[in-house]
Amino acid sequence: MNSIEIRDLVLRFGKTTVLQDLDLDIEQGEFLVLLGSSGCGKSTLLNCIAGLLEVSEGQIFINGRNVTWEEPKDRGIGMVFQSYALYPQMTVKGNLSFGLKNAGASKEEIEKRIKNASQMLQIENLLQRKPAELSGGQRQRVAIGRALVRDADVFLFDEPLSNLDAKLRTELRVELKQLHKRLQNTMIYVTHDQIEAMTLADRIAIMKNGFIQQLDSPATIYNRPKNKFVAGFIGSPAMNFLEGTLDCTGEPHFVVGEAKIPLAGYEFSQNLEGKTQSSFGIRPEHIVYGEEAQKAPFNAKVTVDVFEPMGSDTQVWAHVEGQNFRFRIDGRDKIANGDEMLIGFDPACASIFHGETEERI
Amino acid sequence: MKNEPKGPRPRKAFSPGRIMLYSILVVAAIYYALPLYIMIVTSLKGMPEIRMGNIFAPPVEVTFAPWVKAWDSACTGLYCEGLKVGFWNSVKITVPSVIVSIAVASVNGYALVNWKFKGSEFFFAVLIFGSFIPYQVMLYPLVIITRELGIFGSLWAVIFVHTIFGMPLLTLIFRNYFAALPEELFKAARVDGAGFWGIYWKVLVPMATPIFVVAVILQVTGIWNDFLFGIVFAGQPNFPMTVQLNNIVNTTQGIKEYNVNMAATMLTAMVPLVIYFVSGRFFVRGIAAGAVKG
Repeated sequence: MNSIEIRDLVLRFGKTTVLQDLDLDIEQGEFLVLLGSSGCGKSTLLNCIAGLLEVSEGQIFINGRNVTWEEPKDRGIGMVFQSYALYPQMTVKGNLSFGLKNAGASKEEIEKRIKNASQMLQIENLLQRKPAELSGGQRQRVAIGRALVRDADVFLFDEPLSNLDAKLRTELRVELKQLHKRLQNTMIYVTHDQIEAMTLADRIAIMKNGFIQQLDSPATIYNRPKNKFVAGFIGSPAMNFLEGTLDCTGEPHFVVGEAKIPLAGYEFSQNLEGKTQSSFGIRPEHIVYGEEAQKAPFNAKVTVDVFEPMGSDTQVWAHVEGQNFRFRIDGRDKIANGDEMLIGFDPACASIFHGETEERI
Repeated sequence: MKNEPKGPRPRKAFSPGRIMLYSILVVAAIYYALPLYIMIVTSLKGMPEIRMGNIFAPPVEVTFAPWVKAWDSACTGLYCEGLKVGFWNSVKITVPSVIVSIAVASVNGYALVNWKFKGSEFFFAVLIFGSFIPYQVMLYPLVIITRELGIFGSLWAVIFVHTIFGMPLLTLIFRNYFAALPEELFKAARVDGAGFWGIYWKVLVPMATPIFVVAVILQVTGIWNDFLFGIVFAGQPNFPMTVQLNNIVNTTQGIKEYNVNMAATMLTAMVPLVIYFVSGRFFVRGIAAGAVKG
């Protein structure tokens, strides 16, 4: 049985349609990440699932039960917000017990659940403090604890780590993953951070303009993006795109200016014939240089325009056939502006997108 | 170079700008404090001393008799019981009016921010529009309304009218204050199963102390200083302090007792003054907090 099913969901604010005919099935125990830039409708979708926004059309099922008209408290969900949203006048304990008291739980039950949750999140010694006396990381732990004590079937996270500094974010990210492993609850996690999405998710739903562009495992999304938007969105630094023509008249190859890229080993998703205007996408991390480049199926000579050393590796900006192109080299390699380098790649790692539909070819 | 800049920049103790600033402040302070000084001084003098005309001179012989008389036995119209009757009437008007108007307005503001209904913006616009209408225009209709309700000429009528006229401004400041609180807090409380009143009492009211203080100050001073509604709606036995003060100062039997008038005025102004002194700090903070986001 699916933990969450969303059927033909439409949400409008006045005349603007935020979500359009959205369908989504989430399995029991799955960690699903909704990923997209701001304004893509991902938080709106989460609020619809939580019952904090009323849907304009469509249905939402949680554990097979139609909850479309139910109040948030009756949906069996726990929610964690970006700004923590802790009640500032209550102690940590008060924050954790507020929902249980509203639900009319007995005193022993409340004590028991608070004890469990606070042990799991290591906030036992903070129970008597007010939120103002906690650090950002501790506050977010308490916010997670507040969702935890509710014993919910589904956890909803609305950018929970975005307000934390980089170091804490990495720490809590791992903790969240461990928590999911232990609890095995269904979790829906909204973020604009692709690292969080890639590391946490069982599946990622990439959203744009209220539509889900692709819903797949992180590996599939990274290696076989369905369209140009997904390809450009996932991966940092972003994928290189070379505009040119796909020629399938004989042995398939891709023509960029003077250069001809053979496409042996490329898995086609569509059967095309003749010539097609399209973009050839290749990730910077799939580009080899030096001796390896000579052995690669395709290679080219480039001149270094700019380089950005980042310690572990160095990002190099160059041009291939007059088009912007960047790649990564080992951080220990010496490099100077204007250097000539031989680079190469295997077209099997590439992604080709149709010039008009921007769909994967 | 020996004198090259290093460390904090040196500042002159009295720059021309500072001198200008302080002199303006001092002049302004004198300008506002002088009338108060004259009132206090005059209220502590006996009539013979006042007739000598040196209004700036401190009293030669300090007497509290005018204060006692103003409080206890000054004549307001036909009755000579002093201001104390009016003081208690004012308390009886102010306390319930403040409580009722703030209670209604805070719930109003909360509902307008967090439980938007169809036409809530229009409702709010109408409410705000109310604050642009001069009171005097509404006076006659309100007299008829209170008469029909059977409360005209009683304390209830005054309380009713003060609650109505407090509504636009108070709703505005509560709405703005609640709008500035993070929306996620409200969402979290809903997920936690709190309802309309649960969220209001347990989450929002504890966070709204500054704005409640502001509202109390605004209402206490406004209602205490009110003259018009008091004289129109309260009825003779319930006249508030301001009305009685007017009667004391404006009815002259024989000589005009300036010292008693001054003392009576000071007594009437005492309550708002004390409120300002005690809570001025909150007032500024609360107004600023409510004004950030609208």
